[in-house]
Amino acid sequence: MAAVEIDVKYVAHLARLQLTPAEEQKFAAQLGQVLGYVEKLKQLDVANVEPTAHAVPLVNVTRPDEVRPSLPHEDALRNAPAKANGLFIVPKIVE
Amino acid sequence: MNSDSFPWDDEHSMRARVYSAPSVQFAQTGNKMLNQLTIAELVAKLDRRDVSAREAMQSCLDQIQRVDGQIHAFLSCDATDALAQADAADKLLARGGDPAKPLLGVPIAIKDVIAVKGQPLNCGSKILGKFLSPYDATVIEKLKAAGAIIFGRLNMDEFAMGSSTENSAFGVTRNPWDTTRIPGGSSGGSAAAVVADECVASLGSDTGGSIRQPAALCGCVGLKPTYGRVSRYGLVAYASSLDQIGALGKTVRDTATVLGVIAGHDPRDSTSVPQPVPDYTATLDGGIKGLKLGLPKEYMLGGLDPEVKAAVDAATKQFQAQGAEVVEISLPHTDYAIAAYYIIATAEASANLARFDGIRYGARVAGADPIELYGKTRGAGFGAEVKRRIILGTYVLSSGYYDAYYLRAQKVRTLIRQDFLNAFEKVDAIVTPTSPTGAFKIGEKVDDPLQMYLSDIYTISCNLAGICGVSVPCGFTSGLNSEPGTRNAKLPIGLQLLGKPFGEETILKIAYAYEQSTSWHEEKPSLAAT
Repeated sequence: MAAVEIDVKYVAHLARLQLTPAEEQKFAAQLGQVLGYVEKLKQLDVANVEPTAHAVPLVNVTRPDEVRPSLPHEDALRNAPAKANGLFIVPKIVE
Repeated sequence: MNSDSFPWDDEHSMRARVYSAPSVQFAQTGNKMLNQLTIAELVAKLDRRDVSAREAMQSCLDQIQRVDGQIHAFLSCDATDALAQADAADKLLARGGDPAKPLLGVPIAIKDVIAVKGQPLNCGSKILGKFLSPYDATVIEKLKAAGAIIFGRLNMDEFAMGSSTENSAFGVTRNPWDTTRIPGGSSGGSAAAVVADECVASLGSDTGGSIRQPAALCGCVGLKPTYGRVSRYGLVAYASSLDQIGALGKTVRDTATVLGVIAGHDPRDSTSVPQPVPDYTATLDGGIKGLKLGLPKEYMLGGLDPEVKAAVDAATKQFQAQGAEVVEISLPHTDYAIAAYYIIATAEASANLARFDGIRYGARVAGADPIELYGKTRGAGFGAEVKRRIILGTYVLSSGYYDAYYLRAQKVRTLIRQDFLNAFEKVDAIVTPTSPTGAFKIGEKVDDPLQMYLSDIYTISCNLAGICGVSVPCGFTSGLNSEPGTRNAKLPIGLQLLGKPFGEETILKIAYAYEQSTSWHEEKPSLAAT
């Protein structure tokens, strides 16, 4: 069960997680161990096996396309860290 | 932890505890205080007007005041709101009650991952800041409609990621049987609160064992329903294809009662299954004569504690004495379950937790641009285990690795599910230990995530297969392996029963038959007042 190398800094950026150098180092070692462990899945022949996305035999669950009550505007904004004029405030996105 | 901290870090400790002053007298009934009663016992007393819902609720609040300083099952508790609900229940009871409300006046506490309108929702994390739920989860609507008093926010591993409740941003919950040990997780607060009699029953959530394992390690009953049996609307998602809400209770009957209330199809959860909900309490005492129970040969592992094995062996003999047939079965892909789980669960988590970005709710750490804001907010807001799982999940879904990890794990999931469906052609239920050992020491596995993951071996396959499972108390360790000087003499052991999809009636019936023939569930930890 050899550890597998993982570029934590790069993956953390993909996940929008700012890590400290100490975290990067620690997680690389720990996740390397975990990835080494999951290598065992390669022992199995899964060539003719269908993947399972979830265990319930339901497909294409739909509901009637009707207007129904939803969360009131002010309730949706209540937990916002920054808001004004009924809108979320975000940092500037375009110059 | 990232050097950026949230502006309201300090307020958390203040908000964490809102308890009422204890009432002078404990409301007692027979030898039990009201908070120690089962749902069945309490409902009978409330119906006869022997006691009021307010007295029952106050009794739970008093117990929280008395013992939660050492257990820390509750993150917060709105006593005023709880007593107001109790008073409303008493008004209805005074008018003769309501047969459509089987939980009228019963105090039920809620894991901090399920939305209760107007109450805090933190998921054991700092990142949600001062979030208050704008709506009720479907299970909460159903419990309220059944008359239950919904109170308290129960501690948990952050975003339900963990097996010990040590990953909570608000401090660990302690095992009522030995406060130097973990209560299990992630629903550690839900199990500890039931066992410490701080509530009558509780709700938890189970993604890889998070109801059953803490129920086993604390010594109560915990049920994970079949995937799709209970609506997930209002449950904060960890791994959407595995998550399921379930009940923890003092007895099998109580757990069955709560399941009957919360189960059912919900148009707001497209994965909930439109299947009728039976009366789970009606079939409990049907007996187990003639039922076939399977013992998976792959589950007798090296890491299985001899005392746990002995307890499960004794339970097996008990089943045979009650007329069940016990046969050996095989679940050949057992050894691959943990690997498949930690790929699938973290992949789903990395997507689900993308919503915690500091924009629409929760805490925010400012940044020069959105990317920096996201990174700083998430870096400061998530704890170590959540970060690890997001990184792992992002990695296994990333370009070039998807087929090798995620797709392969989904195929292995098919093999694991097929193992169970094959087994259920031969047997009515499967008998296993819930956890390979009793509760471990706080801090023992915290720096070794892989060892922590491996302790979930008996519970994880159930979620991958989408079947149901229940843990019931089946004995205690002798305490011989505990370190000298620790207070405990013994730690609870849990027996797990796994059932077919929508086979809850069968596993509850078996669990009930076992419970009725043993007295493990009647033993209580001795908790000193704090």
